[in-house]
Amino acid sequence: MNNSIKQQFDVYSNALNIRNKKNEILASNIANASTPNFKARDVDFEVELARSLNNGPLKTSSGAHIALTTKYLPGKVQYRQSINPSVDGNTVELAVEQMEFAENSIRYQTTLDFINSKIRGLLGAIRGE
Amino acid sequence: MDIKNIYHIAQRAMGAQLVRLNATASNLANADNIASNPNDAYKPVKPVFETKYFDLIRKKGISTVDAVTVQKMDIDPIKEYKPGHPMADENGFIYRAPVNIEEEYVDMLEASRHYQNNVEVISTIKALMLKTASLGK
Repeated sequence: MNNSIKQQFDVYSNALNIRNKKNEILASNIANASTPNFKARDVDFEVELARSLNNGPLKTSSGAHIALTTKYLPGKVQYRQSINPSVDGNTVELAVEQMEFAENSIRYQTTLDFINSKIRGLLGAIRGE
Repeated sequence: MDIKNIYHIAQRAMGAQLVRLNATASNLANADNIASNPNDAYKPVKPVFETKYFDLIRKKGISTVDAVTVQKMDIDPIKEYKPGHPMADENGFIYRAPVNIEEEYVDMLEASRHYQNNVEVISTIKALMLKTASLGK
């Protein structure tokens, strides 16, 4: 089993990527809070993370196969079910979006903290402290 | 303008909200305007917001907003009978700008609230990016 340093960080980097993507989508929702007929969107973090861990670059068994170069396939961006629909067709609810954004930011920071402690741990092991 | 990252989302949304604030300011400033014929009377203006999507394959679900046009509202001016008024026409009528001040106030508050939300998004993202850049220190 290949246990490289890169592998140690794989899950965290995927998680950061998805958190970042989620933040962008939530920012889009907040930006469109007053646009008529705009439908709020979001991604499911757990589903996306599981997907990103399962699919790697496609294996090719013949020279004629085309390898998929990117590891991250476009995610599944879903529409949010609004709690209180509004008359103008806009499904953004500011309270919901702000909560989601705050939660996502905190989880992003937590992931950063995990990475930092991982780095510290690895550095400690390398230095033999 | 091309949209590249999360800053552009908030930046353009803030721009759109500013257009809205400007329209509100213009409506409120002209709320007491009086004209001597209905065609000259001030008509309140409202911006039209439109969602701008970006690259639909790689950046799915990411969009921002633009104030595409500012339209004059189709409302008739308020006709008032004031024969002694210096602006009155030959029949003694003046035409007031049909600005609904309460509506404008509400619009102004909503626009400034949304502007603040976008500022908040930018400052949060900025803090997160700075933290990411200093990973491992």
